Amino acid sequence: MEAAITKKDCIITAYRDHCTFLGRGGTLLQIFSELMGRQGGCSKGKGGSMHFYKKDAGFYGGHGIVGAQVPLGCGLAFGQKYSKDETVTFALYGDGAANQGQLFEALNISALWDLPAILVCENNHYGMGTAEWRAAKSPSYYKRGDYVPGLKVDGMDVFAVKQACKFAKEHALKNGPIILEMDTYRYHGHSMSDPGSTYRTRDEISGVRQERDPIERIRKLIFAHDLATEKELKDIEKEVRKEVDEAIAKAKESPMPEPSELFTNIYVKGYGAESFGADRKEVRTVLP
Amino acid sequence: KEMTVRDALNSALDEEMSADPKVFLMGEEVGEYQGAYKISKGLLDKYGPDRVLDTPITEAGFTGIGVGAAYYGLKPVVEFMTFNFSMQAIDHIINSAAKSNYMSAGQINVPIVFRGPNGAAAGVGAQHSQCYAAWYAAVPGLKVLTPYSSEDARGLLKAAIRDPDPVVFLENELLYGESFPVSAEVLDSSFCLPIGKAKIEKEGKDVTITAFSKMVGYALQAAEILAKEGISAEVINLRSIRPLDRNTINASVRKTNRLVTVEEGFPQHGVGAEICTSVVEDSFGYLDAPVERIAGADVPMPYAANLERLAVPQVEDIVRAAKRACYRSASLAASA
Repeated sequence: MEAAITKKDCIITAYRDHCTFLGRGGTLLQIFSELMGRQGGCSKGKGGSMHFYKKDAGFYGGHGIVGAQVPLGCGLAFGQKYSKDETVTFALYGDGAANQGQLFEALNISALWDLPAILVCENNHYGMGTAEWRAAKSPSYYKRGDYVPGLKVDGMDVFAVKQACKFAKEHALKNGPIILEMDTYRYHGHSMSDPGSTYRTRDEISGVRQERDPIERIRKLIFAHDLATEKELKDIEKEVRKEVDEAIAKAKESPMPEPSELFTNIYVKGYGAESFGADRKEVRTVLP
Repeated sequence: KEMTVRDALNSALDEEMSADPKVFLMGEEVGEYQGAYKISKGLLDKYGPDRVLDTPITEAGFTGIGVGAAYYGLKPVVEFMTFNFSMQAIDHIINSAAKSNYMSAGQINVPIVFRGPNGAAAGVGAQHSQCYAAWYAAVPGLKVLTPYSSEDARGLLKAAIRDPDPVVFLENELLYGESFPVSAEVLDSSFCLPIGKAKIEKEGKDVTITAFSKMVGYALQAAEILAKEGISAEVINLRSIRPLDRNTINASVRKTNRLVTVEEGFPQHGVGAEICTSVVEDSFGYLDAPVERIAGADVPMPYAANLERLAVPQVEDIVRAAKRACYRSASLAASA
């Protein structure tokens, strides 16, 4: 996706936001620090796993309410059109969120107003533990826009994704919204508490890994075109692993936020209003 | 000179749109229809369809779009035809607007105004007659303003639009057509009121009455009746429910030693409850009588006119409570 767009284009997504943040130029240290709730985190430890942002690179989060990011993304697209910026917004959501009512409300308005909004349905076929066919009468999410065109894209093929995003951006700038359904998969559970194996078979998971894994696919292509040797790729992998390990170690060293941070950023302008801790006789402060 | 609340809101919108091209208005019927209550009259003609946007009747969708536009740096004014309909969009007001600046550690502020009529109108039944002041004022990250007069409406709406944070701006349908005297200062396009500051509408020494929106008028009427009976009431127009001007309220109670809170909303967990807590915490030793609370009846709004009257505070309720606070409850001047 990043290969097809610029940082002036906006991205907004749901709670699975770590990789998007990295793609927009965020660092591993910021990611791990935020996950551990440290000062060095991209939201200074105040947002958490679901609330990463990088506004200077057009990344607007990081949203924990399923589906809410889609109208918000259409609002970013409204801002782009209003400001005549000639840029677009990609609003990402899962197949679970694809059934949310507000998505259709926002799509309707985006189509009425020709907003440069690209709705990207990352279809991994399970909304938490519910298979798509149990939640959607029509799981052809690219067709669910009715009056808005949609494309079904192999989300496990990086070149297909790049081409689709490039096409979608051109289309959205000229004609308004478009839907991209990215067919993909989630190997792991939905969250820390989900083993991910109660609602699907292990064979299904390993089958996708063997046949459709996007990284394996690229690796094979690289070898087929003699772009790198096996050793070179192994070295890159080793290097990245080292980078990740170092970032984790460094994040652990980042201090926890100061207790005074509890009361910062509630408002831009607090007008000297009072705010209170749990025991308001003990902890009360004046907001800047 | 006099001005209606409707004209005060309209002129405030007009001036702020004229001053800042990032300000735009969106909502149901705000454009071609000129506003369900004509607050946006003439704005479509003046600023065009790019800045005055009629939306479909889909609050969750257009409110989310408004909040997203504010993320991007625009200054949307989102009109709800009434605040009852904001319930369809309350997730975006609270989770998307109020919390973003905090969650992003100051990266993404949300300069947006949600405005429209709030509270009981007349004869429209339960789903169209509810005060949401306490609901929204419970949420850190939001500011909640409640104008009473034309001066309030102009000064507070301009302050709300200029503010970098999300503001819930609660108007009252029954006040739109009311006229109030306005000074030259209020009519000046640079006029603005401070957020978080209450206004003492009438000074007094025997009992403090707090009120907001339409109830300020009732409290002032009650104060006149009380004056005839020798009770000097101080009437505080809260103007801002969040931030709440605890200093002004407590200073007044320390002077009068008695307090009556008035609101149209449901009593439980209401604005009066919060004010009472603040006074008990900070000025308990100054109280000479239990705090009195006048609020809407603890029922969904009935339709029949006689029942509806029983469900919203009346002037005589405020008079009665003030007398009780002054230990003068024996005779009741007002009749039901």
